[in-house]
Amino acid sequence: MSSTLEKYFVPEPSRFPIFGSAALLLIGAGAAMWLNRVSPGSWMVAAGFATLIYMLFGWFGQVVRESEGGKYGAQVDRSFRWSMGWFIFSEVMFFAAFFGVLFYVRVLALPELGSGKSAMLWDGFKSAWPNAGPYAEEAFTPMAAWGIPAINTAILLSSGVTLTWAHWGLLKGARGQLINGLALTVLLGVIFLCLQAYEYHHAYAEMNLTLASGIYGSTFFMLTGFHGMHVTIGATMLIVILARSIKGHFTAERHFAFEAVAWYWHFVDVVWLFLFVVVYWL
Amino acid sequence: ADARYNLQPPVTGIAEQIYGMHSMMLVICLVIFVGVFGVMFWSVFRHRKSKGAVAAHFHENTAVEIAWTVVPVLILLGMAYPATKTVISMKDTSNPDITIKATGYQWMWGYDYLKGEGEGVRFISTLSTPRDQIEGGAAKGANYLLEVDNPVVVPVGKKIRILTTANDVIHAWWVPAFGVKQDAIPGFIRDTWFRAEKEGVYRGNCAELCGKEHGFMPIEVHVVSAAKYAEWVAAQKKRMAAEAQPAAPQASANTAAAG
Amino acid sequence: MSAVPHGLEHGHDHHHPSGLMRWIQTTNHKDIGTMYLIFSFIMFLSGGVMALTIRAELFQPGLQVVQPEFFNQLTTMHGLVMVFGAIMPAFVGFANWQIPLMIGASDMAFARMNNWSFWLLPPAAILLVGSFFVPGGASAAGWTLYAPLSIQMGMGMDMAIFAVHIMGISSIMGAINIVVTVLNMRAPGMTLMKMPLFCWTWLITAYLLIAVMPVLAGAVTMILTDRHFGTSFFNAAGGGDPVLYQHVFWFFGHPEVYIMILPAFGIVSQVIPTFARKPLFGYASMVYATASIAILSFMVWAHHMFTTGMPATGQLFFMYATMLIAVPTGVKVFNWVATMWRGSMTFEAPMLFSVGFLFVFTMGGFTGLICAIAPIDIQIQDTYYVVAHFHYVLVAGSLFALFSGAYYWLPKWTGHMYDERLGKLHFWCSIIFFNITFFPMHFLGLAGMPRRIPDYNPMFADFNAIATIGAFGFGLSQLIFLFTVIKCVRGGEKAAAKPWDGAEGLEWTVPSPAPYHTFEEPPQVK
Ligand code: HEA
Ligand code: HEA
Ligand code: CUA
Ligand SMILES: [Cu+2]
Repeated sequence: MSSTLEKYFVPEPSRFPIFGSAALLLIGAGAAMWLNRVSPGSWMVAAGFATLIYMLFGWFGQVVRESEGGKYGAQVDRSFRWSMGWFIFSEVMFFAAFFGVLFYVRVLALPELGSGKSAMLWDGFKSAWPNAGPYAEEAFTPMAAWGIPAINTAILLSSGVTLTWAHWGLLKGARGQLINGLALTVLLGVIFLCLQAYEYHHAYAEMNLTLASGIYGSTFFMLTGFHGMHVTIGATMLIVILARSIKGHFTAERHFAFEAVAWYWHFVDVVWLFLFVVVYWL
Repeated sequence: ADARYNLQPPVTGIAEQIYGMHSMMLVICLVIFVGVFGVMFWSVFRHRKSKGAVAAHFHENTAVEIAWTVVPVLILLGMAYPATKTVISMKDTSNPDITIKATGYQWMWGYDYLKGEGEGVRFISTLSTPRDQIEGGAAKGANYLLEVDNPVVVPVGKKIRILTTANDVIHAWWVPAFGVKQDAIPGFIRDTWFRAEKEGVYRGNCAELCGKEHGFMPIEVHVVSAAKYAEWVAAQKKRMAAEAQPAAPQASANTAAAG
Repeated sequence: MSAVPHGLEHGHDHHHPSGLMRWIQTTNHKDIGTMYLIFSFIMFLSGGVMALTIRAELFQPGLQVVQPEFFNQLTTMHGLVMVFGAIMPAFVGFANWQIPLMIGASDMAFARMNNWSFWLLPPAAILLVGSFFVPGGASAAGWTLYAPLSIQMGMGMDMAIFAVHIMGISSIMGAINIVVTVLNMRAPGMTLMKMPLFCWTWLITAYLLIAVMPVLAGAVTMILTDRHFGTSFFNAAGGGDPVLYQHVFWFFGHPEVYIMILPAFGIVSQVIPTFARKPLFGYASMVYATASIAILSFMVWAHHMFTTGMPATGQLFFMYATMLIAVPTGVKVFNWVATMWRGSMTFEAPMLFSVGFLFVFTMGGFTGLICAIAPIDIQIQDTYYVVAHFHYVLVAGSLFALFSGAYYWLPKWTGHMYDERLGKLHFWCSIIFFNITFFPMHFLGLAGMPRRIPDYNPMFADFNAIATIGAFGFGLSQLIFLFTVIKCVRGGEKAAAKPWDGAEGLEWTVPSPAPYHTFEEPPQVK
């Protein structure tokens, strides 16, 4: 902050934020109506998402143009870095809440129901994990760790490698390596999502494992579902970065957008490792 | 009505300790308060520009700052000590004479005498204040909103363990004079205990927001002599025998909680 | 604010929308700060009208004004609107106006995102307030939205959940913006330990926000899925636990109350030295105390849950940790008093509100400490004693500090001096009626009056009547503030660049009103 005396970039008035707000209002109000079977809730949600996508394209498009137009100095670059870091931290806290829930039910709530004072309400209930609670009506099969989940772990880990390889390409100016690495990463991400979709389908269709399968189903789908959502977002961002790389954006010195996406992707990766251990394995 | 300023007169050892602890805390806090704001108001009146005060320029003093960090810690230790002892005895629900299960419903209390004299007695307890009084049609009685049709009855001087649970949402079983408040959580059992030292009628409320009639599900406990208690148990047994023909009202309370 | 933005003449901005569009599209931290402040005041009035309805119902025993179900909706919405709509946005408004001015930055780090942070709030407010008008009405589960009661609610609950999500997004973006601005945009020479304390408290608050708003989002999301998608997080039959919700909520909820008080500490730490004409005592220890409070705030959440029946070890841990917070808070109180000691004091409205804050907030702190003693809390949890405690820290704490800051910086914002006589009147009416309203609640709580009830035994009648009278008086007093501010915006004695002779800091080096663009060239701080 002390070295640079260049002017900090302050953008002009923008029309995008208000579209974002309208979008979230439509989504919030629409979803509340939809969930309570009030029409036209679903249409409002759809319109909201359409507006949101318009806003994201417009807004990020503008940021990309500004960036490529050389409007961002070193100080702006630092701002981006700090903000991405703390944004990822907020995401960590979001996941931490759900991991905390899993820990709580496994270590405190279920044992209390099975063998604490509260056991007198639930005759004969065994609190072993996996568990759908004392009033589980139907049996279900828990998800095994060493099938698709293990493959998915390998896929995500290798996608971290390919992404780093792409980064090296960018750093040494080998655009081919950058593009190939990114494409591979996207591909791995998509395969991961396809496998997860298959796994969900399998769970619902054959294992009788659903969101409604007691606390096991709740935590399983909530954790893996939000993770999958983040993979989807991450993959979308990777695709954008890939497209920009193909268009010739980024230089070896200045490519914050690339790095931000990479950080995000690694974060999603690390969350998965935790998921694999505590949701699937243990 | 008589205005009351303090915790209700305690009738159990625990409530007594709480009462004393609160008084102690109040005094300590008041002393600190008077001390700190004595200094401040002295300053406010003396160190005014209009009185010609000229500002000094000091802005730190390590010794003072250490002192006012350490002294509060010591005061807090003094407060924590009795509190710790009380927490531990409040939690000691072992060896009760009588065990009663209190189940919260929207919006009434169900009681089951599970163990000890009176075992097997069970009933539902609901607000008995007439609607008229609430809506302003009739004058309000002295126990307005604190009276029920079937009070809990317990013998004096006996250790009563209360198990709480609920059928729908969280409620809380609270009798101020006993120093007892315990959330009643659907699907879980929690416990607390009291030993009332004085005969009498003690009243409390549900103390966890539980919906529309949260303000209308009071708790009324009659503490009676051993003889009176035996009489009451006998009467309850007779009533229950008479009612045994139609199905017991809450036999399936627990399974209902599950659904 | 100012008629002709200075930047325009230099051709700084190519197209400047005018009229409503200016406010909708603005990227200027001063515009955005102003909008935050106006929005929060509107929400304060709405929440206040709900509070007055609550007080009207409680004026006498019996049901007179509203039905129990609606009463619970009012209580819930009063809490949500005041916390998320009034107090938090007001502090963000102050941050927007003041942080760039105080650290010598040209604007916030992310000016466009700043706009979005603000403009997410009206949609959230629409969802919250709108929920009164849908079938089933607003959520009536308390501002804490405890499961399983919140599972029973109607559509209003879903709207509240989505409102919380949207406000959470707004807060997180706002907080990131503040962190980055403070860390990256300080003028040359403005080291962290030279930074005005208001910036420090906001920096730490912003970290709290980033850490806990996502957790709240998680909590309400689980309510949503329990309500509509068959999950069993808070249902024992499915292996969940209602108390689990409370853990997640209060992990957010306790830091949240410090989110609402730390910036207040910051404002008071600016005001007291100015009017004592003496540097702040113990600047460094103020910074450390603030940080300690923030760190401790993550370890005390279950003091809201002493009656849920935790094991004794749990109760003791949370009791001790909670009591510890008295130490750093005490350090702050002592530092403020020491700042006043041997100063050369004058008592304009900002100083009155700060001294009032100090006096009354400390009472709230002491009642908090009494709540922290687990056995005592078990008696007074969910009674009016707690209501008294938190209005002492929130109204006489956060709100009074906000008033103090508003009077302090109004000359900078508007270019006019406010009417000092009205400001003083506002203070005296506020502090007197505040105590008439909330002091009797201590007695009510001790004597056994539960909170969140529309009707009560006649033995509580006297104090309730007094509280209601006080509440109406307090509400009317706030109209003085509204009037004073409007009058100040529209005219009055011209304010000098530095209207307070004891004030220090960069914000007083720019003219009043602060030009539309300030510090485009960073100032040099020695
Ligand atoms: C701005 C908001 C704010 C602040 C700052 C505080 C500050 C504190 N609060 Fe408060 N609190 C709330 C807002 C706040 N609270 C709210 C909203 C609720 C209710 C939520 C709900 O249920 O709806 C609540 C509820 C609440 C409870 C739960 C009550 C219950 O429901 O049963 C407890 C229990 O421990 C508690 C404790 C404390 C403590 C110990 C502090 C401490 O930080 C206070 C520290 C300050 C001092 C102690 C005074 C100054 C110190 C000195 C002068 C030093 C010398 C002193 C000594 C050594 C004694 N609070
Ligand atoms: C965060 C800040 C905050 C603020 C500022 C306030 C401000 C006030 N609160 Fe607060 N209150 C909470 C936060 C706050 N509250 C919370 C979190 C709860 C818990 C909710 C729960 O249990 O879930 C609560 C609960 C609560 C209760 C308990 C309700 C219950 O348990 O059922 C009561 C009762 O008296 C009350 C009263 C008041 C009053 C009188 C004010 C006054 O200070 C308000 C003064 C302002 C005005 C009155 C507005 C002025 C406007 C006008 C005068 C306009 C004139 C127009 C007309 C009259 C038409 N509040
Ligand atoms: Cu039952 Cu409140
Ligand atoms: Cu707290």
